[in-house]
Amino acid sequence: MTMITADPKDVPHVGQFAFTPENLAKVEELISHYPPGRQASAVIAVLDLAQRQQGWLPRVAMDAVAKLLDMAPIRVYEIATFYTMFQLKPRGKYLLQVCTTTPCWLRGSEAVMKACQHAADGETFSVQEVECLGGCVNAPVVQINDDFYEDLDEDSITKVLNAFRRGETPKPGPQIDRQTSAPIGGATTLRGE
Amino acid sequence: MLSDQDRIFTNLYGFHDWRLAGARARGAWDNTKAILDKGPDGIIDEMKKSGLRGRGGAGFPTGLKWSFMPKEVKDRPHYLIVNADESEPGTCKDRDILRHDPHLFIEGCLVAGFAMRANAGYVYIRGEFYNEAQNLIAAVREAYETGLLGKNACGSGWDFDLYVHRGAGAYICGEETALLESLEGKKGMPRLKPPFPAGSGLYGCPSTVNNVESIAVAPTILRRGAAWFAGIGRPNNTGTKLFCISGHVNKPCNVEEEMGIPLRELIERHAGGVRGGWDNLLAVIPGGASVPLLPKSICDTVLMDFDSLRDQRSGLGTAAVIVMDKSTDVVKAIARLSYFYKHESCGQCTPCREGTGWMWRVMERMVTGNARLEEIDALEDVTRQVEGHTICALGDAAAWPIQGLIRHFRPEMERRIRARTEKLAAE
Repeated sequence: MTMITADPKDVPHVGQFAFTPENLAKVEELISHYPPGRQASAVIAVLDLAQRQQGWLPRVAMDAVAKLLDMAPIRVYEIATFYTMFQLKPRGKYLLQVCTTTPCWLRGSEAVMKACQHAADGETFSVQEVECLGGCVNAPVVQINDDFYEDLDEDSITKVLNAFRRGETPKPGPQIDRQTSAPIGGATTLRGE
Repeated sequence: MLSDQDRIFTNLYGFHDWRLAGARARGAWDNTKAILDKGPDGIIDEMKKSGLRGRGGAGFPTGLKWSFMPKEVKDRPHYLIVNADESEPGTCKDRDILRHDPHLFIEGCLVAGFAMRANAGYVYIRGEFYNEAQNLIAAVREAYETGLLGKNACGSGWDFDLYVHRGAGAYICGEETALLESLEGKKGMPRLKPPFPAGSGLYGCPSTVNNVESIAVAPTILRRGAAWFAGIGRPNNTGTKLFCISGHVNKPCNVEEEMGIPLRELIERHAGGVRGGWDNLLAVIPGGASVPLLPKSICDTVLMDFDSLRDQRSGLGTAAVIVMDKSTDVVKAIARLSYFYKHESCGQCTPCREGTGWMWRVMERMVTGNARLEEIDALEDVTRQVEGHTICALGDAAAWPIQGLIRHFRPEMERRIRARTEKLAAE
């Protein structure tokens, strides 16, 4: 069992948090997806909005979410510490989530992890080991912010990271010549029109 | 081999347009009203006849599951819940459906929701699938704009709303009752059953949780007829199935094939064969991380379906085939899975919370042989104490890979222990 925690000394003080008007409108829309009185169902989505706005989740943001959704703050803290995608301390501009579960490990995630750790400076890049990302036939996979970079090795992840450093956004998906989850060299099925 | 005419997911690899126009050209949303005109009982009857077994891992008959919902809506609304929390290591099939064929899936949601008399459905998609969720949300919007969803969906007289709900990183939320808890805005901790979701699920209302693939194949089954689907595969293991082939193969891929295809044929025909040739094969995990691995001797002949793999004391699970060649440290491969289960245990039940950590620590020692021979039996014994003694199946899932390792690779574990003991004695 893994509970997400952050050492208080790594967590800077944030005095206040308020959603932008655009995000407040999104919160209203999210709450409308659930029956009246069930607004707590939106908690993950609203925390995600807060995290996107702030870059990470300070406690004042969780408190703001609790107030908006009429939840006890502790219920929101529970969510923020249970689900691994919530970041309880500031992170670099790009979060490298490196999958090292068996299917990725079998295809060389250790070398990819090393390259990511080497690049991690806490400002441009933060690195995090994650469990299966669900892209196993394109292993090894690294999720960088919202995008999956696939079929990696030490060279190709280094190229991807260097491109980010230069301010570019490299094309997500397979980093070898390949269409999504189809076999390398071309599909064995669905070749007709 | 399955012919392309019998494949359901004709845009599996995203070569074509995933939006409404492209999906329509491939046959999605073709006269959906005619399907709905069969009525809920007609649809469920056809689904039962097709023999479709749930594609999320457990293999429970889908039509039968739908029939557990109350026959009329009383004071509580009914809900369709779709489990798109695809997180089983090795599995990445639902991702392709969601990003490349979302309309086929959305049509399935309408049909399934209608059959279980639900006016609303929620799709719980894992948080990491951000781009997949965006495609799905865009496709849902297209469906609303063209009257396929919403009031009087497809002109059927039935109202159906579909919502996309993103998770935030928790394997356990793929367990159906943990998913319901998470959907209600709580930690994903599984509920005791009974009551089953069909009696009391989301918000205490009748609910049914289905896997993405089970839902997405429904419209095609209903259009082409149960007999067509039942004619593919073997009795009790019918239809087509998405397989994910990962690990030490030359060309890892997803592919839709006939149920019951021999494992060797699957790997050699579609995944370019085992790295270094078939004789270089060590073992295969045939159905995602939770099922016991199979040594090469069984892989030579085994068929890929629920019953064949059960007979080999493994399982089809999600049909995620993880291939390991002879260069693999098989003990380490399984130890990494033990770490996965330790990481993902929700911590609610003591045997799982404590057992997954204990099993992982012992497995790490087994990797280096830093153990005594009798500890292999102790490890096996602990897996039996975890298995079946927890609220949900995560405890079982943590136990089975280790049991499979001991069953098939005990000599290798003993060899490491002996080698280390001898080395220490010599020093």
